[in-house]
Amino acid sequence: MTPGVRRRVNVLMSGLAAVAAGLVILPLLLIFGFLLWQGASAVNVDFFTHLPKPVGEVGGGMANAIVGSLILIALAAALGLPLGILGGVYLAESRDRHIPWLARFLADVLNGVPSIVIGIFAYTVMVLPMRRFSALAGAFALAVIMLPIVMRTSEELVRLVPASLREAALALGIPEWKVLLRVVLPAARAGIVTGAMVAIARVAGETAPLLFTAFGNRFWHQGLDQPIAALPLQIFAYAIAPYDDWHRQAWAGALVLIGLVFVVSLAARMATSGRFTGVR
Amino acid sequence: MADGILVRGLNAWFGEHHVLHDIGISMAPKAVTALIGPSGCGKSTFIRCLNRMHEVVPGARVAGTVRVEGVDVYAPGVDPVQIRRKIGMVFQKPNPFPTMSVFENAVAGLRLSGVRERAVLHEAAERALRQAALWDEVKDSLTKSGTSLSGGQQQRLCIARALAVEPEVLLMDEPCSALDPIATAKIEELILELRSTLTIVIVTHNMQQAARVSEATGFFLLGELVEFGVTRQLFTNPRDKRTEDYITGRFG
Repeated sequence: MTPGVRRRVNVLMSGLAAVAAGLVILPLLLIFGFLLWQGASAVNVDFFTHLPKPVGEVGGGMANAIVGSLILIALAAALGLPLGILGGVYLAESRDRHIPWLARFLADVLNGVPSIVIGIFAYTVMVLPMRRFSALAGAFALAVIMLPIVMRTSEELVRLVPASLREAALALGIPEWKVLLRVVLPAARAGIVTGAMVAIARVAGETAPLLFTAFGNRFWHQGLDQPIAALPLQIFAYAIAPYDDWHRQAWAGALVLIGLVFVVSLAARMATSGRFTGVR
Repeated sequence: MADGILVRGLNAWFGEHHVLHDIGISMAPKAVTALIGPSGCGKSTFIRCLNRMHEVVPGARVAGTVRVEGVDVYAPGVDPVQIRRKIGMVFQKPNPFPTMSVFENAVAGLRLSGVRERAVLHEAAERALRQAALWDEVKDSLTKSGTSLSGGQQQRLCIARALAVEPEVLLMDEPCSALDPIATAKIEELILELRSTLTIVIVTHNMQQAARVSEATGFFLLGELVEFGVTRQLFTNPRDKRTEDYITGRFG
């Protein structure tokens, strides 16, 4: 191959790679643009501060759904993140051959279970015994969805911490559990946080598992053992309703939901970038 | 009682692979012992047996007796954590903790074993960094990341980290193999200074380095200790043909 041909092939392939990268982010940009176009007009102060108006009345907001979604996500994270991270650490650290293999396999299967099936599961183990739909049941369903994602990303990131760091700490006469807690996990922190964010973003938009667990609510939060509103549920309800005003609000809800995920991701990224970070 | 390092009938395995055969050696206290030999001859494995780091690798096994400064390292009931606290180790590649500052790296051993008093930590950090001949270079950047230093500085930071817990023995596993000649010279100078206070064992591929820093040298080949003796004598008048072949560059 002459240098001239090689240069042209190089330019061509670099160009193709750049186009591919552009195509990958194009859907996100389109979604964002479309939501802004359709929903921005309905996003106002009332939307963030008011309850939904009764059928037939124009106006009102989704404040209850925004608060409800935040509560559901916080509860699900409180339940799913510690379990998932600890599980991931176990998968990465265990010297046993069979149990981690099985756990890893089952986590991957769980990751592939449709979210509506997880909703049915939460309905069976939480809603039926409690005899009511509740925020707790919704958060439980979301936590189950988060678990395999958090566990597998945590495992990968703990594995990425170089063995030399672990050895350096062990050779200093530091007990193994402390090496893990103070050296290995901090080195993997930035990546684990990213994994947690991915999981949170994923469940923030889940609708199906909330349908018969959190159920939805047209009023303010009334306790964790009561049905609770959630943005995806409200969007669903409003989108299939026959009123134009509700449709506009559904678009606005979708925009706010994406904004919420965006802000949470950004905040977590900033909170972990202050200190020296290890593996990303 | 300072009696150096005494090894008898030491065998080590990685799974089924027998990597050390019946090693017997006795290293003088407060002196530098160098271990040379071609790659894969077992010298690194050997020093990792001295502070019970060999067993950290899954499937690794050890048999034999190791006495370090009067303590039977493999006696039943002996806690490897306590052994490692007495025996510092410096690795081939500088490995400061990336999430810690220079200061935190220097006193990592103390902080992670529960020392909290700032005055104690500051004193220990300065002492260790001075011992590692790094203090003057980093005293104004103690809060910077440990990994922001140059390679040679990082290695001296690792030496400081090992010294901060006041070990009786310092094991160095090819500490200069990733460093340039100037950084290497600094580490060698440091070894010569430290030998009055510590028992040092250094694994090296660099025979000139072994000749420069050590009083005694051992030659490993295929998992066996072929020859062990006074450094000058081993290099000028080796008893074993294989040692002679190696140091004259005929193989390895």
